[in-house]
Amino acid sequence: MGELHGAWLELAIAVPLLGAWCVQLARDVRTARSLAGAFAGVTLVLAGAEWIDFQSLHVFEAHDDSRWLGWAGLNDVLVVDKLTAPLLPLVALVHFLTVVSTPLNKAQRFSFGWTLVAEALVLATFSCRASWCLVGLLLAGLVGPWVELRRRGASTRVYSFHMGSFAVALVTGWGLWLHGPASWKPAALICLAFAALIRSGTVPLHCWVSDLFEKATFGTAILTVAPLTGALVAMRLVLPFSPQWVLQGVAVMSIVAAVYAAGMALVQTEARRFFCYLFLSHSSLVLAGLEVARPLGLCGALSVWISVTISLTGFGIVLRCVESRIGRISLAGFHGLYGQMPTLAGFFLLTGLASIGFPGTVGFIAMELLVEGVVEVWPWIGVGVVVTAALNGIAILKVWFRIFAARKRDELIPLGVRWPEKFAITLLTVLILAGGIWPQPGLRSRYRAALELLEHRRTESGMVLQPISPPPSALRVFPNHPP
Amino acid sequence: MGTSEQWLAWLGMATVISPVALLLLLGTSMLAGLRASELWVGQLTRAAVLIGLLATLGVLVLMLVTGVRYVPVGLGDWVHLGGTGHEFSFHLKFNFDRLSVPFTILVFVLCGTISEFAQRYLHREAGFRRFYLLYALFLAGMVVSSLAGTIETLFLGWEFVGLSSAMLIAYFHERRGPVQNGLRVWAVYRLADAAFLVAALAMHHLHGHGDFGHFTGVGPWPDGRADLGAGPAMLVGLLLLVAAAGKSALVPFSGWLPRAMEGPTPSSAVFYGALSVHLGAYLLLRVNPVLQESWIVRLLVVAVGLATAISAAISARVQSDVKSALAYASLTQVGLIVVEIGLGLNYLALIHIIGHASLRTLQLLRAPTALRDWQQIENAIGPESPVRDGRLGEAAPGWAAIAVYRFGLERGFFDTLLDRFLVAPLMGLFRESDRLERIWTDWLDRRPSRESDLAELHPEGEGE
Repeated sequence: MGELHGAWLELAIAVPLLGAWCVQLARDVRTARSLAGAFAGVTLVLAGAEWIDFQSLHVFEAHDDSRWLGWAGLNDVLVVDKLTAPLLPLVALVHFLTVVSTPLNKAQRFSFGWTLVAEALVLATFSCRASWCLVGLLLAGLVGPWVELRRRGASTRVYSFHMGSFAVALVTGWGLWLHGPASWKPAALICLAFAALIRSGTVPLHCWVSDLFEKATFGTAILTVAPLTGALVAMRLVLPFSPQWVLQGVAVMSIVAAVYAAGMALVQTEARRFFCYLFLSHSSLVLAGLEVARPLGLCGALSVWISVTISLTGFGIVLRCVESRIGRISLAGFHGLYGQMPTLAGFFLLTGLASIGFPGTVGFIAMELLVEGVVEVWPWIGVGVVVTAALNGIAILKVWFRIFAARKRDELIPLGVRWPEKFAITLLTVLILAGGIWPQPGLRSRYRAALELLEHRRTESGMVLQPISPPPSALRVFPNHPP
Repeated sequence: MGTSEQWLAWLGMATVISPVALLLLLGTSMLAGLRASELWVGQLTRAAVLIGLLATLGVLVLMLVTGVRYVPVGLGDWVHLGGTGHEFSFHLKFNFDRLSVPFTILVFVLCGTISEFAQRYLHREAGFRRFYLLYALFLAGMVVSSLAGTIETLFLGWEFVGLSSAMLIAYFHERRGPVQNGLRVWAVYRLADAAFLVAALAMHHLHGHGDFGHFTGVGPWPDGRADLGAGPAMLVGLLLLVAAAGKSALVPFSGWLPRAMEGPTPSSAVFYGALSVHLGAYLLLRVNPVLQESWIVRLLVVAVGLATAISAAISARVQSDVKSALAYASLTQVGLIVVEIGLGLNYLALIHIIGHASLRTLQLLRAPTALRDWQQIENAIGPESPVRDGRLGEAAPGWAAIAVYRFGLERGFFDTLLDRFLVAPLMGLFRESDRLERIWTDWLDRRPSRESDLAELHPEGEGE
């Protein structure tokens, strides 16, 4: 294992915690927002430094410089590897931009302190190996949204039911896997897969996500789902140990969920719920790709993970900006806001199209790879990915028309984009377009990560795992299919 | 590499790069919030079209002089992953041959004409820059699709054309009609795109890559022969037929074409009257060697073309506005072109496309002044005698004539059938799922669980 040249991970986790404490001392909302933005910015810089440092080491995994908190044993726990190295700055970026773009009327209800705590927890979770510590962090991450729901006086029963099930499945699964007899291992893996499916919001275990979007602040809801923590559970706790039948089961459920969520996005009459289903559809696609356990499919899933996080965070921020101006956005009619906010309309379209893998955006090749990888193993499931992308595309344009078109409005109040919002969305746009026009470096990095993850899956799991072979039906459809 | 080959490569690259550069320049300026002047936008567009056209003409001249029938121009691998037995590459390759060169010249000529027309027609329109951005997206998509040497590259251009078309139909976005029609066209295009993508994946699996040269076999167009069996060729051929039907408004997707006329006249003329509507036919021409491997697919291509031509001819006769009448007249010809493709008359189909696209562009550009033209004709030669039914119409029994009229007035019932048997069940299924989810979360919460029910339709005020 390599050693980073600084304590980037420890600092990246400590800084937002310190920030959370400072934000509590702030006298007003403006100061709290500025402080939170500053601490989130520093965290982003530290996470970026970690990524650059890790890239220079050319190793599969690395821990912080042992001169720092090495005595506390954290070096064995906090480890960055090729999977998570780019995800840490991405998570930090998502938090930073969400905090920075928070308008003042939203800031009254959005807790900056809890957001920074949540950021520290997510960063720690993404830096953690498969261990009880990871399980503990995953459970700790559930507390923030629950507290917010309670504070807002909303019912927590849907959230508690699903997250309680997640916690039980996770703890039982990991406990059985580590300490149970050999005959209980399949049950342990099923529990862990079940936990991953709940955390990813896979149908029919998804209602907690739509409930969260209904009742929590939009910012908290975005930050809870955007890093795709459920996919991380699958990567860390399911993929390395599971035999083919578990992976196949998860993949089939994920594809069904992706198509279902894409269809549900089409019939929603409120923007948050639409966004929720759009996100669920994409997260299910990522989960399906991860379970393929083949280099191309895995590379596609890892790339879609990044592209979806970037594009849908941007998309969510745009919706949040619109919501901050006109309140909850009903999709039952047309709003015709293009004239008032043309910039937001443009960004809405760009980020939405990027999420479905439109050519020229960061998701295009990633989605192609995902489809290619899935079809390589299960051709009919690949068709599901294509159908999902088609339905999502229709839903995005439909909602664009609902919000920005079909009405003539003459507003006296300026509704244009504010500069922090413009900064946040412009930054994401640059990433979307740069990744779309020049995709090779990012994809090569994900491809290497996929190869090494599969190699680790073979060597470290202690199980003889056969690569998934295509079913006979695939061979019948494609007779020249490579064996 | 010889001098002529070098020139061919350079000219080929200029053909592709000029519209892409136009798109990047206009797109970047729009995103940056710059308000480019109409003059600047017009000059830039003119320069890009002229460079592209001259470069393509240069390629044509060199091909004629040297006798080369097939010129592949590669821009290299956009993405290449591999080295472990699992290869993936996205090769940017463009083919110049007897099919793509005339079609690309047609694209540049018609787009250039429309650009000049639109600069005056849309002068001081609020959406002038938006129109030209979408125009650039369309032009880039058409050029990339026409010249694509791999199926992935074709798909890339195909998507550009789809988005620009839908957004241009909804150009007058303050009215509900154009917006609803734009969404409908987009939905049909997405369906066509899905079929196309599945076909591309199937081709990849059959050959390991999507290069047209490999699955259309040895020999330049139209002499290539696909090395596919009848079964796989049928699967791929059927998927491509669905994709082409969506893009070219063939039966049963014909309903979108008259809806597309909601856009401004320049876009109606060049996109739905001339180029966009022929893109599906062009796809069928490009993959004709695959179609020729399966007689079932050929038969279906002829049947779909014939059904489109007949239904469009009937519908065209009962339209009450000039643009819709022209749209159905276009569709009649597209149907016939598809029949020609199914019969293997490739050159005839290509010539038919070029002639028809040029004529239709002229007619659609004259459409806004149709009444004035009519008056001029009447002033010159006197009023025309009332239109009478033809012999067939007079001979047909009353019920048959009514049925045919109804068929025409309802535009073949295709939209109704799609709505009733595809869209409504699908939407109903998801609405029912939504209802069940509500019951589940309400039960868990022991109270109404959706705050979104309280969302007002227009909390921001009525506006209008």
